[in-house]
Amino acid sequence: MSVIYLDNNATTEIDPQVLESILPYLKSEYGNPSGMYTFAGKLKRDLDKARSQVAALINASAEEIIFTSCGTESDNTALVSALETYPEKRHIVTTRVEHSAILNMCKHLSRKGYAITFLPVDREGMIDLDELADSVTPSTAVVSIMYANNETGVVYPIEQIAQIVKSKGVLFHTDAVQAVGKLPVDMNKIPVDMLSLSGHKLHAPKGIGVLYIRKGTRFQPYIIGGHQEDGRRGGTENVASIVGLGTACEIAAKYMNHENTEVRRLRDKLENTLLSKISSSMLNGHKLSRLPNTTNISFEFIEGEAILLLLDEHRICASSGSACTSGSIEPSHVLRAMGVPFTAAHGSIRFSLSRYTTEQEIDKVIELLPPIVNRLRQMSPFWHEQASQLSS
Amino acid sequence: MWDYTKKVYDHFLNPRNVGDMENPDAYAEVGNMACGDALTLMLKIDKKTNIITDAKFKTFGCASAIASSSVLTELLIGKTIEQARKITNQDIAERLGGLPKEKMHCSVMGQEALEKALAQYFGEEIPEDHTELEGVIVCKCFGVTDSQIAKVVRENNLHTVGDVTNYCKAGGGCGQCHPEIEDIIRQVHGGVRVEPEKPVGQKKVMTNIEKILLIQKTIEQEIRPQMEADGGGIDLIDVVGNKVLVALRGTCVGCRTAQFTLKHAVESKLRELVDEDIFVEEVK
Repeated sequence: MSVIYLDNNATTEIDPQVLESILPYLKSEYGNPSGMYTFAGKLKRDLDKARSQVAALINASAEEIIFTSCGTESDNTALVSALETYPEKRHIVTTRVEHSAILNMCKHLSRKGYAITFLPVDREGMIDLDELADSVTPSTAVVSIMYANNETGVVYPIEQIAQIVKSKGVLFHTDAVQAVGKLPVDMNKIPVDMLSLSGHKLHAPKGIGVLYIRKGTRFQPYIIGGHQEDGRRGGTENVASIVGLGTACEIAAKYMNHENTEVRRLRDKLENTLLSKISSSMLNGHKLSRLPNTTNISFEFIEGEAILLLLDEHRICASSGSACTSGSIEPSHVLRAMGVPFTAAHGSIRFSLSRYTTEQEIDKVIELLPPIVNRLRQMSPFWHEQASQLSS
Repeated sequence: MWDYTKKVYDHFLNPRNVGDMENPDAYAEVGNMACGDALTLMLKIDKKTNIITDAKFKTFGCASAIASSSVLTELLIGKTIEQARKITNQDIAERLGGLPKEKMHCSVMGQEALEKALAQYFGEEIPEDHTELEGVIVCKCFGVTDSQIAKVVRENNLHTVGDVTNYCKAGGGCGQCHPEIEDIIRQVHGGVRVEPEKPVGQKKVMTNIEKILLIQKTIEQEIRPQMEADGGGIDLIDVVGNKVLVALRGTCVGCRTAQFTLKHAVESKLRELVDEDIFVEEVK
């Protein structure tokens, strides 16, 4: 039985061409790009090429790209740099639904005495732009709002958000880890100051991230060390992964149309069929303003981990907003911020597709999931209560 | 991914004795939807021999919750009430070949359901909700009492708050009760209490009016919409220093998870967004 991988918002399969481009750097091309010899000089040029490839995907220039170790490092760097370069400003605006790389850093900063505004979201996961505008004050150092949400796929109106923030003269950062590669992202159009992206979400290896820093933006390094990345990020370059990310970005541009037509079609088929075949199920997140590859559906009265393990029996990989670990009370901070009732939040499943997803795989999930949900509902004391309520 | 044993998988994939029972002699419901797992246990008991002749369950929860319930029914069928009373959560976990420590609360839930069902059988006072359970509520988020905590600490030889949370969920919510849980651990083991680390924070200085307005705004924008989504409601009645008085409306009135809602949804949000010293009380 082969794996049906529908967890591409967690990580993705490395593209074979990307792998091909990486291998020489794990074998013969092992030099340190800082070396003063031809053997190293070539590597420096390879890094520059990769930097241009990444820049091209988001319509930026190469010198605005710094390589980091992951999306989390990029996010942390953006926030800390903003606070260090504007030391008189001690306020950050973000949302309740950010990735933990932003959320937990903000909570950490809050304990250190910074004021943080966590903007609420509505039932569809959207923020109120007037509320955003009201929350940005002269003491705000940075506003950080994600481009697209990892759990629900909700896409935020980043262009409008960036304009609102910039009109107040405040730095704007966006965590675009889920957006880059799935949506056209254009730094020429959107006045973002800093943007984070991550390699392994777009078919490059794990352990490589990028922070885009618009020319002229005040910046302080977060990882302090050598002169690498123009003195903006210490540490010997992860040459193989950087080259792989460059290749991945070039391929992502070619698949952009496919992502928004074919992947979207398969996602819609999966979503619409499951919602119509399974009663007491509902979509989490804005129906339209959403990543083309993501669907998050709640199956009420049952628990997510049990669904996932029964899917796993068929080697189907998905993820859940359920937190069936005793130490955690919130099934998912994103779903709870959206006001999804507990009855539904515990039984939420996220499917995230990729360009490798096939029609047969989607059909298989459509065939197998309804009996799984039914089986668990037959065991659930709440389903019984619900059924008798409906019949009385 | 959890490191479940083959036995856990077997009982999860092929649960024994799942379903309804007509006219059970003993019946118990434990847990609730908000907590993420719940179990309904039904027993047939032969009145002459005191032998449990049949057991059925229905469970909402993860794989280990379902497996623990299934194994519990297997353990019960054919036993006398006296033998059944001796079953501990350890027996349930052992019969499954062990559970990950974060999932031990599933075995505790099974044992609690058994205890409650037998109490019901003997016509002992059945508490209507958590507030009338034996002992004093320590963890307000999950409604766990000091005697329940002491029991899991004693029976499972637990030494840290994290362990207690894994076994009975106490302390897994707002975290306010951690010092009390440490006291209970110390009392049970007779050890020395370790002072918890206190986070260093700086408070914003607010006037009283600012504070009341912020509380009102937080309730209106953050708390009420969520409660309305669950069919309930809330009104701010008064603010006295750090004491916030609220009235619950709609389905929240008389709901068995109302205390949970009050402490978790209301108090923790106000602490996060207004002032960490706030405490919330319900006006009935």
